[in-house]
Amino acid sequence: MLSFTTSQTKTVHVRPRCWLAMLLIAPLLVSCRKATQTVQPPAGGGGQLRPYAGPLETDDGQWVRATKDYANTRYSSLDQINTGNVASLKVAWTFDTGVARGQEAAPIVANNTMYVVAPWPNTLFALDLTKPGAPLKWKFDPNPSPAAKGEACCDWVNRGAVFDAGKIFYNTLDGYTVAVDANTGKLVWRTRLADLSKGETITMAPTVVHGKVLVGDSGGEFGVRGWLAALDAGSGKLLWQAYNTGPDKDVLIGERFKPFYASDKGTDLGVKTWPPDAWRVGGGTVWGFVAYDPSTNLIYYGTANPGPWNADARPGDNKWTGGMWARDADSGQAVWFYQMSPHDLFDWDGVNEDILLDLPWQGATRKVLIRPDRNGYIYVIDRLTGQVLSATPYVYTTTTKGVDLNTGRLIHVDEKKPEVGKETVNICPMAPGSKDWQPSSFSPRTGLLYIPHENMCMDEQYNEANYIAGTPYIGATVRYYAGPGGNMGELMAWDPISGKKVWTIPDKYPTWSGTVATAGDLVFYGTLDGWFKAADARNGKILWQFKTGSGIIGQPVTYRGPDGKQYVAILSGVGGWPGSIVSANLDTRDDSAANGWGSALHDLKNATQPGGTLYVFALP
Amino acid sequence: MCLRFPRLAAFLLPMLVCLPLMAASPLRVCADPDNLPFSNRAGAGFDDRIIALVAKDLHRELTFIWARPRRGFLREQFNKNACDVLLGVPVGLHGVAVTAPYYTSSYAFVTPARKGFRIASFSDEHLSGKRIGLQILEEDLSPPSLPLIRAGYTAQIIGFESFGSHEGDVVKAVADGRVGVAVVWGPVAGYFARQSPIPLTVSPVPTAYKFAGVPFTYGIGFGVHKQDQSLLQQLNASIRRLQPQIDRVLAEFSVPTVGATEEPR
Repeated sequence: MLSFTTSQTKTVHVRPRCWLAMLLIAPLLVSCRKATQTVQPPAGGGGQLRPYAGPLETDDGQWVRATKDYANTRYSSLDQINTGNVASLKVAWTFDTGVARGQEAAPIVANNTMYVVAPWPNTLFALDLTKPGAPLKWKFDPNPSPAAKGEACCDWVNRGAVFDAGKIFYNTLDGYTVAVDANTGKLVWRTRLADLSKGETITMAPTVVHGKVLVGDSGGEFGVRGWLAALDAGSGKLLWQAYNTGPDKDVLIGERFKPFYASDKGTDLGVKTWPPDAWRVGGGTVWGFVAYDPSTNLIYYGTANPGPWNADARPGDNKWTGGMWARDADSGQAVWFYQMSPHDLFDWDGVNEDILLDLPWQGATRKVLIRPDRNGYIYVIDRLTGQVLSATPYVYTTTTKGVDLNTGRLIHVDEKKPEVGKETVNICPMAPGSKDWQPSSFSPRTGLLYIPHENMCMDEQYNEANYIAGTPYIGATVRYYAGPGGNMGELMAWDPISGKKVWTIPDKYPTWSGTVATAGDLVFYGTLDGWFKAADARNGKILWQFKTGSGIIGQPVTYRGPDGKQYVAILSGVGGWPGSIVSANLDTRDDSAANGWGSALHDLKNATQPGGTLYVFALP
Repeated sequence: MCLRFPRLAAFLLPMLVCLPLMAASPLRVCADPDNLPFSNRAGAGFDDRIIALVAKDLHRELTFIWARPRRGFLREQFNKNACDVLLGVPVGLHGVAVTAPYYTSSYAFVTPARKGFRIASFSDEHLSGKRIGLQILEEDLSPPSLPLIRAGYTAQIIGFESFGSHEGDVVKAVADGRVGVAVVWGPVAGYFARQSPIPLTVSPVPTAYKFAGVPFTYGIGFGVHKQDQSLLQQLNASIRRLQPQIDRVLAEFSVPTVGATEEPR
């Protein structure tokens, strides 16, 4: 969405909105669920368990970054807790962050200390794992601007910190990256990267590669211009910043740039695929997870949706939004780009995680990345070249007909394009996509990906007159609802080689938590109504579950404690985009509350309450 | 006592008690306390004046409930029965019943009169190279941003806060040269252009013009609760009766109106 630097002081107020917003009231839409053209995901079964032969990072039993390893597998080699004994898993200790807002952070474990970042006001807590009950060692308060709460689209979330070389790095909602001494809790440096007055915030978990802290911005709804920045880990100095719109020099496109598909080749496409100057507010933020491959020295990450929301105002492919980059980890220079959703119509951010694997593919071993994208397809992409090897639908889809592997293009169904003056029903997947930011995991023991995702569709009405301060305008009203089967979410085990589901665990609510896979053949994940569960990685059977105090939208981790025991940790605290229904106490009689979630989650406020508690589990 | 006719008494007594009360029950109107030219706490806005005419016409007392129609207003206040009537809502607003329009206006180009030109469309060459002021509605630019971005003017757009005391800033910016042109909702454009120390030209976006389905001309009526059909009909009848007086108030505030409002007469 658009927001410009105003010549006046802009009043900042709380606006818990995410996308088209501008919604005051929702019409009761009678939806015609009959789809004319649909893409069916492969039926359950058919996928195979095949142990993974590729290389994996050595596991030291800690959890120093949100994604566990650079390949984003979220796999732990710990097996003390396993399918045979998980039934007796118990709470070891808890810790309250004091903020009853959406808890999306992964707890970080390094040097016998756990580091937890709370939602705004983004306090960092260091907990001493060597002592009973893990007492507080210190806390660090970055004092972020209260105005940030108003600019953030989707609750006041933070996705966590990263530990590297004695320092903890993390981002604050008001646009700073901070480095804190991991032992003392003293501030080492603080660098302002995002401009709150332009609607920019930062929510992502940074990562550190070769002494460079990698950080991107959030706030694509407000017409910001997305980027990824590298800061010197020692000083906080900005080393490079790669924008996702604009001229090649801003995008760090140079001689090394060799995209696979013709539509990504050319000079200054970040300018030419927009109306003149529209790239300046074109969106394409970076708020997901960054992967790194030491063997190629490339980083991989996705870019969010373009702005403004009305796609007719921005004809063209809108490079480099709704796609993903491979860049040199040191210089930031682009190596290739692939655009999953050119000229996005549905708010499909391309920020989902890339999991780096070396897979057998048609007789050879290919270095690939696997990307369960928001647009409904799981991509297997050659991570050296950017060639799409396969793009397989994994949810019920009415909006697209597939991906043309010769051109790389997503093929749209014309009648599902939202237009002013028209009600478009049965748009599947909906705006938050078939899967939002919630990260998947991979187990080398099964060779399967464990993908938490949504199964939801939406109706969108674009003919609403609205008004503010007596001034009328047109907004859109959206309404989300469960897709076929009636379950809004599921955890899915996916065989990436055959492109087939192996098993799924449906859930009433959209599954908005991350996952962790372990050598104990367990997959841990949480539900929006607060259950923390362990599933058998081989067959999806729930072997253990525990009801936490609030809905779970966080990232589970597991680690070896100073006592040699394996622990599993998760933050419980409903919020984020769907969960703000509860954490911001929105009125669910308004179908469009939280921008469309109101219709789907009428009863969530009865199912769970706001919270902000860390739960740590161990065997007795 | 009334026991001989208990049923009749049960029917008549409330009638006797209630009828005079019903007649006197005030018309509760939600209005922004600080949003001229539309309304303010002193009742000096044109919407205040028009609803006062209507209330008098309907023999209803008028009670103002001061509330800003910002995000969440309908669900948090109007739907919880904070008032009976909303002022100045566009025809087609969902969730409420809207009367026939008591005026229809358009977004308008505002330029300094001394420059001697009048901008007639979003493709007008006079827009080239000029800073273009737009209202910010919530955190988004008003609808004219869409054709302007499409036409390549993104870098020239400057957003102006448009609430309360800032309502007229976007028009004042034309007068003091901070922007070369502004595209502003008609009533705001007309009212603040008239107050300007230097003469300004207000030139409506052509009535029929739409950008990808987005209109720039809106009919404006009163909003009532959907189930309140009798009030809706009373208000419609009152608008028909009062249209000439309403038009005089609008003219007093220099609200540029377009033809549609004249039809119901």
